[in-house]
This record gives sequence, structure tokens and C-alpha cells, in this order.
Amino acid sequence: MWKKIFAWLEERLGLNDLQKSLLERPEPKGNWWNTLGSASLFLFILQGFTGIFLTVYYTPSPDHAYDSVQYIMSGVAFGWLVRGIHHWGATLMVIVVFIHMLRVFATASFKYPRELTWIIGVGLLVATLGMGFTGYLLPWNQRAYWATTVGTQIAGTVPLIGEFILKTLRGGPDLSALTLQRFFAGHIWMLPLVLAGLIGAHLYLIIRHGESHWPKKED
Amino acid sequence: MAELSRRDFMKAAVYFIGGLVGVSVGLPSIAYLIDPALDGATKEAWIPIGKLADMTEINRPYPFSFTRVQVNGWERTATSHGGFVIRKSEDPNDLLIINSRCTHLACTVNWVEDERVFACPCHDASFDAQGAVLDGPPPRPLDRYAEFRVSEAGVLEIFYKEG
Ligand code: HEM
Ligand code: FES
Repeated sequence: MWKKIFAWLEERLGLNDLQKSLLERPEPKGNWWNTLGSASLFLFILQGFTGIFLTVYYTPSPDHAYDSVQYIMSGVAFGWLVRGIHHWGATLMVIVVFIHMLRVFATASFKYPRELTWIIGVGLLVATLGMGFTGYLLPWNQRAYWATTVGTQIAGTVPLIGEFILKTLRGGPDLSALTLQRFFAGHIWMLPLVLAGLIGAHLYLIIRHGESHWPKKED
Repeated sequence: MAELSRRDFMKAAVYFIGGLVGVSVGLPSIAYLIDPALDGATKEAWIPIGKLADMTEINRPYPFSFTRVQVNGWERTATSHGGFVIRKSEDPNDLLIINSRCTHLACTVNWVEDERVFACPCHDASFDAQGAVLDGPPPRPLDRYAEFRVSEAGVLEIFYKEG
């Protein structure tokens, strides 16, 4: 019975091929450093889930942002857990992505034919840092407020267009409700979409090229 | 017993640990989502609605209203409630206190003196002076505040229970 259903599905979906190319693709002799990309992916998914859960209660308005975060922490069952995972996962993700990049650099895996994988990786790093930057403002507490003031001010020091960048980031000359709202939109819609797209391309290239081997003495 | 290969052992271990993680993440997630629905605290209070001495006429509905503040998450919401006090006789305990919340879909009914009915503006329902349905979709008579008392200062108070 089940066999028949599976055979029917398999005939149309061809999932076995997918599984072979995705999960059973050959790897060079195991090395923990090569797991960091997958760890980054896992953290991205984890941040996605906990983030979606946070939006059930979080409100991106200066009147309510702080109170809604307090409510998540003390008013909702396991709110502290969901927020805690998202909070520490964010820090961990930046670290893991960065070490992943260092290992790719150390093993010279960015060379032909993997230059594009590396370039997309740079995009991934920037987008990941962007997630951290936009997410930091959302609790709308003193630390968040002043960190964003400083962060956007630094972006404003770019010659010629600095003023424009600052106003674009803040949605005006000062930090306001507009800043919070656009950071929220960036944090939950734009950057995750960018990340998901880049991760897709990154993974496609990795499956296409296979994992690079660990450099030997002669390399 | 057949020998367990290393690969099968790893597989079983992955499923087992994966299941464990799934449950320990899944259950809190569900609790997190349904938490507001589990807030079962009912609030009760005696609410002063006016001096009985000001409600002298018999069989005339005297309107009253009050607001209750609820804390929902990070926000306080004020909801207004209202009703009518009707003296049925000289006896200060012979009162009928009607809730003006329509029993159909919760609009507020008004007293129409000419026709001596409570009329609901939303779907044209009408109730008689006792709150019984005369016309329209409401499934039952207007609700009553059955418990009331008169304080020493002569203030009429009703017992209000939320939820
Ligand atoms: C969200 C961030 C990222 C995710 C989810 C991700 C994911 C992955 C995965 C799953 C792999 C294969 C396993 C491995 O080698 O660890 C990989 C390989 C690779 N990644 Fe990333 N990565 C990210 C960021 C980066 C960054 C910042 C760079 C460099 C700027 C980069 C460059 C590469 C390269 C060149 C490879 C191929 C390595 C090889 O074939 O040996 N990635 N990535
Ligand atoms: S709500 Fe009163 S008639 Fe529908």
C-alpha cells in the first residue's frame, strides 16, 4: 500500500534523484570546518522560525515596541525562550558565518571554479550583518536607540552622498517612527528575502561544484 | 538479534534526537501561540451606577453606563457597558436592571419612549420593556444584571462579572 503510494509519488516527483544529489552527494573526508556552512543555514532557518513567532506579539511602533517586548519576556508562555533563541542565535549566526568565511579563505576554496560562490558569500555576510543592524533597533530601548543613532551617523559620514544615505536609513533627518518601521520591514521582509535568494544560489553552486578538497602539501 | 550496523545506528540516533528536539521545541511553540487564549481570569466587581433616589418614576427605564479597563498584552483597552434600571414598584428592591447589549450581535439598544420598546439600530430588533424579544433576529431576551444592592449612601450597585 505505502509502497504503491510512494512509487506513484516518486514517478512524478523524482525525489530520489533530489535526495541523491542533495543529501547523498559525496563529500571529501569529513572535517568539522566544512560543517560551518550548514551550521549557518541551520541558524538562518532557526532565526526565521523564532522571528516569525516574535512577530505574533511584537509591535513596530514607538508607542508599543518596548512594551510589547516586555510582554513577550514576562507575559507570554515561553516568550523568554523564543526571544532568547532569536537574540543569541543572531550573535551566533554572525560568528558562524564569519568563521565559515575564514575557513573558505584558509583552504583557498574561493579559487576557480568557486569565485562566484565566494562573491555570493560576500553578499551573504553583508546581508547577515544587515540583519543584526536592523534587528538591534527593534526592542526600542535606550541601547537600541543610541546604537542606531550612532550606526546611521557613521553611514552619514560617506563623502557627498552621506547625508542622503543617513536620511534614507532613518526615513528623515532624525530617528523616528519611520526609522523603526523601515528597519522592521528590512529586518523581516527585505533582508530575509535577499538572504534566502543568495543562499539558494550559494547552495546551487556548491552542489554543482562539489566540496573542494582540503589543500595538500603540494597545493 | 540481527546486528545493528553503524549506519543504521546513526540513522536511529538521528531520528531519536531529532524527535526529542522536535517535541521540546514544538510544545513550547504551541504554548506560546495559544497563551492569550488560556488567560482564564474572570474579573468581578460591584459597580455603582447611580443614586436610587434619582430614579423615582415607576416603569421608566433610567439609562446608566460604566467603563471597564482591560489590559490586553501591552495595551489597555477601555470598553463601555450600559443598561437601564426600571423600578417595578415603590419597593426599593423591586428592580429590573437590563443590560443594553443586544443579544443578537452586541450592538447597544436604545429606549424608544413613544413605542415603549428597546430598539436595536443594527438589525432592527425590538424588545419590550421587560427585555423580551418582540421582533428581529435576537435569540433570547436582553440580559439582566440579576445581582444588585443599595449601599448605605443610597447608591445602587450592580455585580459585574467579566467573561
Ligand atoms: C548566511 C550565510 C552563509 C550560508 C548559509 C552558507 C552556506 C554554505 C554551505 C552549506 C556550504 C557547503 C558546506 C561548507 O563548505 O561549509 C558553503 C560553502 C561555501 N561558502 Fe558559504 N555560506 C554562507 C556565507 C558565506 C560567506 C560569508 C562566504 C565568503 C565570503 C562564503 C563562501 C563559501 C564558499 C567559497 C564555499 C565553497 C567551499 C568549498 O567548496 O570548499 N559563504 N556555504
Ligand atoms: S445586533 Fe441587535 S439586532 Fe443585530
